[in-house]
Amino acid sequence: MAYSDKLIEHYENPLNIGSFEKDDDGVGTGLVGAPACGDVMKLQIKVNPEGIIEDAKFKTFGCGSAIASSSLVTEWVKGKSLDEAGEIKNTDIAEELALPPVKIHCSVLAEDAIKAAISDYKEKSAAIAKGEAAE
Amino acid sequence: MNEQSHVEFKGENMKTPIYMDYQATTPMDPRVVEVMMPYFGAKYGNPHSRSHSFGWEAEEAVEAARAQVASLIGASPKEIIFTSGATESNNLALKGAAMFYRDKGKDHIITSVTEHKCVLDTCRHLEQEEGFKVTYLPVQENGLISLDALKDAITDRTVLVSIMAVHNEIGVIQPLAEIGRICRENKIFFHTDAAQGAGKIPLDVNEMNIDLMSISGHKIYGPMGIGALFVRRKPRVRLRPLINGGGQERGMRSGTLSPPLCVGLGEACAIAEAEMASDNERIRLLAKRFHTAINDRLPEVILNGDDEHRFWGNINLSFAYVEGESLMMGIRDLAVSSGSACTSASLEPSYVLRSLGVEEEMAHTSIRFGIGRFTTEAEIDYAVEHIVKAVEKLRAMSPLWEMAQEGIDIKSIEWADH
Repeated sequence: MAYSDKLIEHYENPLNIGSFEKDDDGVGTGLVGAPACGDVMKLQIKVNPEGIIEDAKFKTFGCGSAIASSSLVTEWVKGKSLDEAGEIKNTDIAEELALPPVKIHCSVLAEDAIKAAISDYKEKSAAIAKGEAAE
Repeated sequence: MNEQSHVEFKGENMKTPIYMDYQATTPMDPRVVEVMMPYFGAKYGNPHSRSHSFGWEAEEAVEAARAQVASLIGASPKEIIFTSGATESNNLALKGAAMFYRDKGKDHIITSVTEHKCVLDTCRHLEQEEGFKVTYLPVQENGLISLDALKDAITDRTVLVSIMAVHNEIGVIQPLAEIGRICRENKIFFHTDAAQGAGKIPLDVNEMNIDLMSISGHKIYGPMGIGALFVRRKPRVRLRPLINGGGQERGMRSGTLSPPLCVGLGEACAIAEAEMASDNERIRLLAKRFHTAINDRLPEVILNGDDEHRFWGNINLSFAYVEGESLMMGIRDLAVSSGSACTSASLEPSYVLRSLGVEEEMAHTSIRFGIGRFTTEAEIDYAVEHIVKAVEKLRAMSPLWEMAQEGIDIKSIEWADH
């Protein structure tokens, strides 16, 4: 399969590999996919008190396109507000990496991963706010 | 021209990518190419021409090649039919025998779930278009069929059992002699697809009671586009031809033979027969070197298929927590193939590994490494370095590896379907 140079660059030198402590207050974690399907993405965002994504990290089990998609989106979400990050579309990812048709699901998974991380962060901060209000 | 470049490794100048896909095809042995050449040039006669020396010369070459093929498997030259390859041989054996004996109340075929697609697809055709019944025997965890299951599947309507010799994906060797004995006792024909077996392991059609055997040229360092089918004469196996015409190949396969291809297949068989023992010893040592080095340096690598009844030129490994296709991208200096069908559009893990009971997530992590006549020790060492580096890198970015290190059982997690 012929891959674009951008995709290969992201696969060979992926950006933002790693993990944050998932119990930290400012961290949102999204875990999507399934081992049996051949793709699992864990995407984490670190959000500052102003609601801006300061940093992002990922770990991905999957094909080269899945790894490249994760690497790309972690780079894209940095500096964005939660709402802005939530607007990233899989088609943008697929276009940027010139994903072949059979690999479009990798970009869908990356979009799902951001959304899952954002919603995890929101649930967590809502729970914290509730806890503080109760005190 | 294949785009190869050169790299320095341990003081040696090595060509990359390194070819490790011997099950897809083998490079032609230069000795084979050499004997074929004259038949592309000055020796252009039609082997079926009876009235002049051009024809006689070509016929002589074709018959000598037939004898070389026969000798490799302990057959008589009269029992060898040239075909276009193993796919055609398998089609001819299965459809030919099934259709010929159908009128005699025989309408049942036994095969296994891990056969090559060309056998499975032919069986499906016979089921759907011709009304045959087919039993697909399961395989055990080691990839071998159970002889008891075979015995149980036999009925008085069974015409043929088709079980491959050496597996293309995992390299296991089925118990051919035992299957042959069971078939002979029950007066059922035994066909074996030996595309990956002929020339690689000792095969004797009489000792093993094999009635039909498919052979491929390009899996044994011979040319593509030619194969053979062994068709037993005593007791005689009759086939209805797939191709009608001038009645060549004892009426079972009409069409003008290609002398250069026949000569190439013959020479490939002769070399394989003469050098099988030394080739296999070399391959076994290289395979051990490879497998041991990988296991010493990487935890959780599984060899798929039986570790004793196998041809060592085929090593199918599952690297836990690493996805096979990304690994292949990481070892682009090695020409290998994924055990899983990820390279195809289907994105489904291999049906063969699934039949062995390999979990889907492990089936996604499998790669087949082929070692053959032209593989060198330096190439093996280079391959090991690359694989270890790539697997370590991919595991470092695998969330599943991380969970496993933290002691989380990934089966305990409720994964979403997608």
